[in-house]
Amino acid sequence: MAGCAWRSMLSQVVGGAKRPALSSAAFFSRGMQTVTLIPGDGIGPEISSAVMKIFEAAKAPIRWEERNVTAIKGPGGRWMIPPDAKESMDRNKIGLKGPLKTPIAAGHPSMNLLLRKTFDLYANVRPCISIEGYKTPYTNVDLVTIRENTEGEYSGIEHVIVEGVVQSIKLITEDASRRIAEYAFEYARNNQRSSVTAVHKANIMRMSDGLFLRKCREVAEGYKDIKFTEMYLDTVCLNMVQDPTQFDVLVMPNLYGDILSDLCAGLIGGLGVTPSGNIGANGVAIFESVHGTAPDIAGLDMANPTALLLSAVMMLRHMGLHDYGNKIQTACFDTIRDKKVLTKDLGGNSKCSEFTADICRRIQDLD
Amino acid sequence: MAAHSAVLSMSKIINPFWGGRLGNTVKCCTLSSMQLITYEMLMLQPPPAKYGGRHTVTLIPGDGIGPELLNHVKEVFRFSCVPVDFEVVHVNSALESEDDINNAITAIRRNGVALKGNIETNHTMAPSVKSRNNLLRTSLDLYANVMHCQSLPGVQTRHKNIDIMIIRENTEGEYSSLEHESVSGVVECLKIITRNNSLRIADYAFRLAREKGRSRVTAVHKANIMKLGDGLFLQCCREVASGYPDITFDSMIVDNTTMQLVSKPQQFDVMVMPNLYGNVVSNVCAGLVGGPGLVPGANYGRDYAVFETATRNTGKSIAGRNIANPTAMLLAGCMMLDHLRLYDYASMIRNAILTTMNETRLHTADIGGQGTTSEVVQSIMRNIQSKGPLTTDL
Repeated sequence: MAGCAWRSMLSQVVGGAKRPALSSAAFFSRGMQTVTLIPGDGIGPEISSAVMKIFEAAKAPIRWEERNVTAIKGPGGRWMIPPDAKESMDRNKIGLKGPLKTPIAAGHPSMNLLLRKTFDLYANVRPCISIEGYKTPYTNVDLVTIRENTEGEYSGIEHVIVEGVVQSIKLITEDASRRIAEYAFEYARNNQRSSVTAVHKANIMRMSDGLFLRKCREVAEGYKDIKFTEMYLDTVCLNMVQDPTQFDVLVMPNLYGDILSDLCAGLIGGLGVTPSGNIGANGVAIFESVHGTAPDIAGLDMANPTALLLSAVMMLRHMGLHDYGNKIQTACFDTIRDKKVLTKDLGGNSKCSEFTADICRRIQDLD
Repeated sequence: MAAHSAVLSMSKIINPFWGGRLGNTVKCCTLSSMQLITYEMLMLQPPPAKYGGRHTVTLIPGDGIGPELLNHVKEVFRFSCVPVDFEVVHVNSALESEDDINNAITAIRRNGVALKGNIETNHTMAPSVKSRNNLLRTSLDLYANVMHCQSLPGVQTRHKNIDIMIIRENTEGEYSSLEHESVSGVVECLKIITRNNSLRIADYAFRLAREKGRSRVTAVHKANIMKLGDGLFLQCCREVASGYPDITFDSMIVDNTTMQLVSKPQQFDVMVMPNLYGNVVSNVCAGLVGGPGLVPGANYGRDYAVFETATRNTGKSIAGRNIANPTAMLLAGCMMLDHLRLYDYASMIRNAILTTMNETRLHTADIGGQGTTSEVVQSIMRNIQSKGPLTTDL
């Protein structure tokens, strides 16, 4: 019973990822695909318009539906996102999101948390690939971190037992662990990845990480074509900074995922160039840039749209539009490699519009 | 009030045992000047096992590469005529009973100091069989894990000029081993943060920073998500920081910390953090300076000290092949000698190790060389022979 429900949910979730050759044909026949666009705050609007321009130059079959998300108080006093945004997302299933600011002491939880809860975004996927033109001490990085996004250490359940003693509860459930493990293996299979490594600390947290590990092992049984290994969190950290090329796909609970995904982002150059995707139940997927809103450079045409652009490329691949995705990614990497029109954070002094124009020109040249 | 009772109890401890040695110091202390006796003086007391001029230290070989590396340590110490006798206690990690580890703990209580290899935790055994290393740390209340990561000139790394001290809370946090399955398929693991332990570790960090002449302490946390737990830790750090105005204090969220560590590690000075983040950050820093074979670590408690390699690896895959790097364990032995106040021996051995590493450049495979463990140890002993002041007189 539960198995069937999970399998149907799973097929809906990976339906987006698992549309091979027939996808482009299906889309061409269906025409444009609508995607919900959430520009965000700060530099959000400018990088979103940059991405829209680039997609237009690439003639990608995407129609954008812009929505704004601000927390509003719904009936019953619970905070929620505006109903038109929710309805648009439920209809389109795919979303692209810019950076959202969380005002302190606003009384409502962070917007990212609200979105996560609303759409049950249970997997956070961050592919980290070294960018050729942007030099970091680490080369040839090509790994993907898949992080469980709903439970674990971030369940937010905390109590003060007595004065001066606080307990935080880390929650690991069988269902969530199985769900994330299944997603990880499906992702590996669909993206031609050869191995999946489960990151854990089962020597100390025997029952919780032990459960996570057991579920990963069980799911691995069904994917014999993909190599499955398990590694302690500290060993992964140690090896990651010495030789990141040995890792392929990493799957892990929430806290380790948070730390490791940011570690990997640091390896390739920081949050300004790292794409990220959140996969939810019912086929919903929201791709986002994970950097901040940078209010100090907002509106000055200085922002770097790379992170949002690469997330959009991830989105194209998720929808099966691999050709467009590859074209845009190649153009972007070529522009960065050429180093002629780089934005300030990448080491140049060009404007965002110049950077965007260069990418558009390259795309048109590629055609 | 607490200070008074601590001082008075300290004087009661000092007089009977060290009346001869420190008698002068204690006798000329009046009650008012006793109040000036800080906790630092308490820490300077040598451990109680000194007999006939020789110290006894508990040695726990552990699993994997532990036994062979500790044999090398014994070899180097014997060669250098270090006045330390090792009491070897074996702990069999395959057994379910806790008798072995309890024997080890008793031995450490008796001797006060220990040098250990990592004891393997087989996590396929039942959850009631707890990690032996963790048991040792919590029973002896070794609350501070101190690790000093320094770039060595002879080792090729991506980042240079790293000099970070990491102080990690060693007994609570995520490693409380309190887990339960209330409903089938749902496991809860408790992370405990207490005010006392947080204050204690923050105080240790600031005192160590002051002692070593460091200017900045950074607290690593995730208080934006775990508001109560890490919030309490951060608050305690801030309180302690206010008592050390000469040291700058700032804080950083753990994911940002790891990102900064791989891009600009030179910005960090001293870092203090709870248990799990300490695990991640110390392993990242060890990787940045050259790997697990280079960095020693120390676990300090109020009454006991246990020395080991910083990253606590068992190294099962390289055990018995004579390719392990002995540097970390030997430097841990030197830290132990410093703790026993045998400073001359410690610096003699440490200089020999650093000469082999930086000048002779005889490296093991993990740092890109071709030497074997025994070759490196022989080279170190040769360096001791040629430069050590105590052996040239023989």
